Amino acid sequence: MNAEELQQLAAEARDERPQFDYEVNVCMGTGCLSQHSDRVKNALEKEAEISGRKCHVRRTGCMGLCAAGPMVLVEPAETRYGHVHEGDAQEIVASLGGDPVARLDPQLRGYFEGQKHVVLENSGHIDPEKIEEYIARDGYEALVKAVTEMSPGQVIEQIMKSGLRGRGGGGYPTGLKWDTVAKVKGAQKYVICNGDEGDPGAFMDRSVLESDPQRVIEGMAIAAYAIGAAKGYIYVRAEYPLAVQRLTVALQQARRRGLLGSGICETTFNFDIDIRLGAGAFVCGEETALIASIEGKRGTPRPRPPYPAVSGLWGAPTLINNVETFANVAPILRHGGEWFSSMGTARSKGTKVFALTGKIQRTGLVEVPMGMTLRQIIFGIGGGVPDGRKFKAVQTGGPSGGCLPEEHLDLSISYDALISAGSMMGSGGMIVMDDTSCMVSVARFFMEFCMTESCGKCVPCRAGTVQMYELLTRITKGVATHRDLDRLTDLCEVVGATSLCGLGQTAPNPVLSTLRYFRHEYLAHIDEKRCPAGVCEIGTGHPADSAEVTVAGEVHV
Amino acid sequence: MSAEANIRTLTIDEVDVSARADQTILEAAREHNIEIPTLCHLEGLSEVGACRLCLVQVKGARRLLPACVTRVEEGMEVTTHSPRIDRYRTMVLELFFAERNHVCSVCVANGNCELQTLALRLGMTHVEMPYQYPQLPVDASHPRFTVDHNRCVLCTRCVRVCGEIEGANTWGVMGRGAQSLVITDLKEPWGESETCTSCGKCVQVCPTGALFEKSRAGMRAQKHPEFLPYLRIMREGEQQ
Ligand SMILES: Cc1cc2nc3c(=O)[nH]c(=O)nc-3n(C[C@H](O)[C@H](O)[C@H](O)COP(=O)(O)O)c2cc1C
Ligand code: SF4
Ligand code: SF4
Ligand code: FES
Repeated sequence: MNAEELQQLAAEARDERPQFDYEVNVCMGTGCLSQHSDRVKNALEKEAEISGRKCHVRRTGCMGLCAAGPMVLVEPAETRYGHVHEGDAQEIVASLGGDPVARLDPQLRGYFEGQKHVVLENSGHIDPEKIEEYIARDGYEALVKAVTEMSPGQVIEQIMKSGLRGRGGGGYPTGLKWDTVAKVKGAQKYVICNGDEGDPGAFMDRSVLESDPQRVIEGMAIAAYAIGAAKGYIYVRAEYPLAVQRLTVALQQARRRGLLGSGICETTFNFDIDIRLGAGAFVCGEETALIASIEGKRGTPRPRPPYPAVSGLWGAPTLINNVETFANVAPILRHGGEWFSSMGTARSKGTKVFALTGKIQRTGLVEVPMGMTLRQIIFGIGGGVPDGRKFKAVQTGGPSGGCLPEEHLDLSISYDALISAGSMMGSGGMIVMDDTSCMVSVARFFMEFCMTESCGKCVPCRAGTVQMYELLTRITKGVATHRDLDRLTDLCEVVGATSLCGLGQTAPNPVLSTLRYFRHEYLAHIDEKRCPAGVCEIGTGHPADSAEVTVAGEVHV
Repeated sequence: MSAEANIRTLTIDEVDVSARADQTILEAAREHNIEIPTLCHLEGLSEVGACRLCLVQVKGARRLLPACVTRVEEGMEVTTHSPRIDRYRTMVLELFFAERNHVCSVCVANGNCELQTLALRLGMTHVEMPYQYPQLPVDASHPRFTVDHNRCVLCTRCVRVCGEIEGANTWGVMGRGAQSLVITDLKEPWGESETCTSCGKCVQVCPTGALFEKSRAGMRAQKHPEFLPYLRIMREGEQQ
């Protein structure tokens, strides 16, 4: 396909729209489907036909507010309905052109105001299984422009200018990574998209893959052109069957349109993508473990350097980026790097998608400009803590991150600000806790996660997480001493400093951040044998635990 | 490229040393009689960087780096011992001792165990952490050798020697985290393994009493891993 053909296709697809006076979009993402949005869609289609109105009922991906599923969006009025049932279909269709169905409008507006959609710009607006709908919304314009009008160096320059940083957790500058892989010599290079997404409570990447798979494919193809790769892999967890299915369809359609394959846009650029399924080990999201897994080996990390940029898949220079990172690429090329860098803070540009969950009125996906405060997200968009309870902490960054207390609610979200506050951006999980959460138990939950997800290769993580988990258990049971607390602190230091990969290195973070901001809760458990949140059943602990106290050091050597 | 271009000069513990560009910090240090503790490393096998005992401080690096896999660089300033590093090493050793059942007095390898030697050398006099006392199996199905998982430190030397030197690929790792186990074939009993050639290399390289020869049970099990570099040189010779 060349530029003219693309424009023609986009025009055709856009022309289809005026045939309809109204569009009724029904979310068919995993969340809404589990609430039978497919039945809602069938009912709406039937009603639309009966009514004889020019109305197009469309399957779309996630609209963000999963807690209010099934979600329906009526255009052009931009009316959003939540908790829609089959029985509501007739009323919705009858209301088209008039006032929205008041009964169904649970004032969802607050949720969407203040958000800024770049990555999610098409989510909820297009059918993820129709490439034409993506193209109608400027899809593939960036790829065609890149390969026909720009040199690889110019593409990288725009990405550098944009200030985009990796959305997989580390926040490494994307342009710099591309530039490195582009400069490494190698006949064969690879592009890998990391869709392993294993943080508890995170579903940003799943949503992007389900709602707008072409965007990720386009981003990868642009990256491949920039670094000189002909082959790419998307690594998705097997637990995301819908994402895999939509990606499979999307890849076929892109190939059929000549946007993947050989001689893309009538140039010499060749690129194709295969899907690889991950078996759901959290550690396989770590880049070197992921690469080992694609090679068919046991998914364990290896020491870096060499970084994948130099020696990655089958020893070849490899670019590995997160789903959301790739999803930002096409808009950057379409609008220019400067447009992107005009959003956000000095060192964190653009937007970030968060999965807002926990003790919050409105659970779901939000995309906000970097620099927004935690308070704006939690109380503005999320509607605050329900049931009249009091906000206690917000956990960001998943098992690598930390818990921030009320004093930090006015913190502007950026990679650096979160790190200096003792947490992390991570991949975008945001769990809100109220005064019924025990912070020691929260730390213990994340430690248990790291302990069971540790690959077992290096001893500080393999054995250290077990020791830390047991110490945290002792605290929650009210049998710990101050010596245990010191030992926990020592272990945090040694596991963080000596573990081989990011999993072990960051496993102590939830403990460290809760020790920093909620030390009094640890002390209440230890000194007063009391759980301030009333979560831990102190006194009912297994007797063996208290007997064990510090049976430590028989010297066996 | 001239020979000189391949030489790097660096300092290790404030001693000026030179090394080939393809050498690791560990190799450079040992050539200059600077001792860095290691456990998973064994000359002649690929490196995995798993035991973390060889971590050293490199000036300008954000984290401690494993000496066994980190290549020398021009002007590098390496510190192999400091109060902080020594403390980490003893704690890492303690983690090893506490995670399985390393009761040296009743171990076949007592006196010939690298873990025990390291503990003595690094001055680990006691284990602060509670012992886990896992109940792990012992497989004595092989006519000549036994594997006792209670003594295994998961260094994967057996896995590597079997795959890289013997070419049998009998050993592997299954499970993850603390549940990891080295296994023969697809967890068949060792004695029933169809790939094992009974060469005994894994027994020789095992740093602890996890793998031992049956005849030696109850006696001092001496191990001889020195054959490896020799074998490797022979193999490289054959390839040329
Ligand atoms: C234990 C662990 C798990 C990880 N899981 C993921 C993941 O699920 N998705 C992801 O994109 N990156 C994950 N990462 C980060 C990757 O190693 C890598 O940095 C990232 O894919 C690079 O992409 P980016 O630069 O676009 O962020 C993980 C890292 C660690 C240490
Ligand atoms: S830090 Fe944990 S997950 Fe990473 S290599 Fe070590 S044991 Fe495996
Ligand atoms: S059996 Fe021995 S050589 Fe094999 S992993 Fe365990 S300790 Fe290492
Ligand atoms: S010897 Fe380097 S990590 Fe084990």
